Amino acid sequence: MPETRTAATDAPTQASGHTSGERRTGPFVRGRDRVRYAVIMAVLVVLAVGFTAGILAYGNPMPVGSDGFWRIAELRVTSIAVILVVAFCHAFATVSFQTATSNRIITPSIMGFETLYVVVQTGAVFVFGASGVAMVTGTTQFLLQAALMVVLATILYGWLLSGRFGNIHVMLLVGVILGGGLGALSTFMQRLLTPSEFDILTARLFGNIGNADADYLPYAVPIALAAGGTLFWRARRLDVLALGRDATTNLGLNHKREVIVVLFLVSLLMAMTTSLVGPMTFLGFLVAMLAYQFADTYSHRLLLPMAFLLGYVVLSGAYFVLRHVFYAQGMVTIIIELIGGLTFLVYIMRKGRL
Amino acid sequence: MTSGTSTRPTPDPAPSPGHATPGRGGAGRGSSAWTLPLAVLLTAGLLAVSLSVGVYDITAGEDGWAMFGITRVPRTISLVLAGAAMSMCGLVMQLLTQNRFVEPTTTGTTEWAGLGLLLVLILVPGASLLTRMTGAVVMAFLGTMVFFLFLRRVSLKSSLIVPIVGIMIGAVVGAVSTYLAMATDMLQQMGIWFAGSFTSVVRGRYEMLWIVLVVTVLVFLIADRLTVAGLGKDIATNVGLDYDRIILMGVAMVSVATGIVTVVIGSLPFLGLIVPNVVSLIRGDNLRSNLPWVCLLGVWVVTICDIIGRTIIMPFEVPVSLILGVLGAFFFIALLVIRQRRA
Repeated sequence: MPETRTAATDAPTQASGHTSGERRTGPFVRGRDRVRYAVIMAVLVVLAVGFTAGILAYGNPMPVGSDGFWRIAELRVTSIAVILVVAFCHAFATVSFQTATSNRIITPSIMGFETLYVVVQTGAVFVFGASGVAMVTGTTQFLLQAALMVVLATILYGWLLSGRFGNIHVMLLVGVILGGGLGALSTFMQRLLTPSEFDILTARLFGNIGNADADYLPYAVPIALAAGGTLFWRARRLDVLALGRDATTNLGLNHKREVIVVLFLVSLLMAMTTSLVGPMTFLGFLVAMLAYQFADTYSHRLLLPMAFLLGYVVLSGAYFVLRHVFYAQGMVTIIIELIGGLTFLVYIMRKGRL
Repeated sequence: MTSGTSTRPTPDPAPSPGHATPGRGGAGRGSSAWTLPLAVLLTAGLLAVSLSVGVYDITAGEDGWAMFGITRVPRTISLVLAGAAMSMCGLVMQLLTQNRFVEPTTTGTTEWAGLGLLLVLILVPGASLLTRMTGAVVMAFLGTMVFFLFLRRVSLKSSLIVPIVGIMIGAVVGAVSTYLAMATDMLQQMGIWFAGSFTSVVRGRYEMLWIVLVVTVLVFLIADRLTVAGLGKDIATNVGLDYDRIILMGVAMVSVATGIVTVVIGSLPFLGLIVPNVVSLIRGDNLRSNLPWVCLLGVWVVTICDIIGRTIIMPFEVPVSLILGVLGAFFFIALLVIRQRRA
């Protein structure tokens, strides 16, 4: 458990009136919170292992330990890997993004990062016609597209967040509308494609956990790890960014530069997850919000792993239950959208403000 | 309805609609004496173009003219009705909430209407057009009321948060609809329903649209009251207006128009946002003289988008909703940027 050397000047969220346990400066207000964090993490790890084992072994017709058993389990490893990458990307991207924008409502998905990726993909097919199909199928092309999307996102959202609009709400609204507009734009381009081109494109665009693009995994995993690792390594800077623009500048960080770096990494993560399973609007919000509730700390070193584990448990749990209990794998993303969206609304209602 | 103090969003960057600021460029009341007839002429020209665009050769004898009567004329009529009505909906909502960015797309009303339609289709297989519309209208009404309650309950620091919340509610309702549609194998049907398109408008399938004309006329009649209601409960009550009743009436009108248009045509995103805002940018905020312009511009926008959709990949069609969605989103952003620059 890392101890920060800076005393948190913010009033502790809940220590009022309690005298149990000694007060301390550090990620947790009281020793009890530290224990709580550890317990929750342990429970999440147990759940994650349980669901993983469940997905790998449940309903496997072969006797446990035989050759056939392992072969079937191997087939299922892909979906585990996909869930891992998706949970990792969404958790890290959302928490960092919310810190960089000092807003716990808006997530990269809501701002249209994913639709931007879809537009880039569709645009490639649209502009290059039949040969464009080759543009979305190769791995080099995949990397090129991801790069293009990252550049676009960094420029676009960097411009939005640059403070030119003076007010965070304008920027958020622009992001939300942009997401919708880009979605319409890609659908519009898809309408103009020939049926054969459209077929190939849809096969690429609308994945779900059950039939994700496993070919991309060898690229998506290292890229996501690199981006997420960088964020984790810079977690201390995120802690400072969370204090807002003025405090960040006062503490000697270049606020604008930090935000751009975070945006760049976030767009990388979003590109990877979208390439695997397509857009998922509310997963990031759900996971980040639960992480804030459970961890109750400002420290990103603690928040990020918690969010990632939560994401994995939520996704793998939903996948396991839907696949083996209801036989409806395609529903996973929709169910999570539903739960996440409802949580979002309840959160706003309870909080009473934005 | 609580009679507590409802914190209203302060219309920060935008001058609120209804405060009569004289229009710029001398486009006040005096010059509209000849511009309005000119605009009506222009509309007629556009509609003539709309009537003459199509794959089928209408000059080919008897059949051609029959086709003209069966599809082209109804299509053009529904363009006029839907365009005017949805623009008016946007105007009504903007007046009631004193917020520039509110309209059926940004409050989730459209998604609620779609959910209502879907529920009717699931519960009553083979429901008549009227039953479907009733379902859509009722749900749109409920959803819009939910949104208004939301606005009362949630204290908003900025008028810009309102559309964000609305769009989120819309997304959640949309996810519910998708889930239901998937569980009942109606996903494809839902996609077709939701893509706003005038393709399926033929004689015998669109007559219900005439109901929205009533809504449009009603807006003309009670525009002043809506404006006063927009000033807040206290002021409205002070000048002798039954505030809650006007709110209910406004929501009901918006729901009826949105519900019917959703069932017959599909969603027309951002129309209610683009039109009133363009009119107020050009002509200022004199509501009374703006009303006819809002109607006409609504018709223009829908007709032009429809003609684009019909001609861009002849003989196939692109749904109007897509063209509106793209144009509307970029217009919305431009509007925000312009307002910020001015502020």
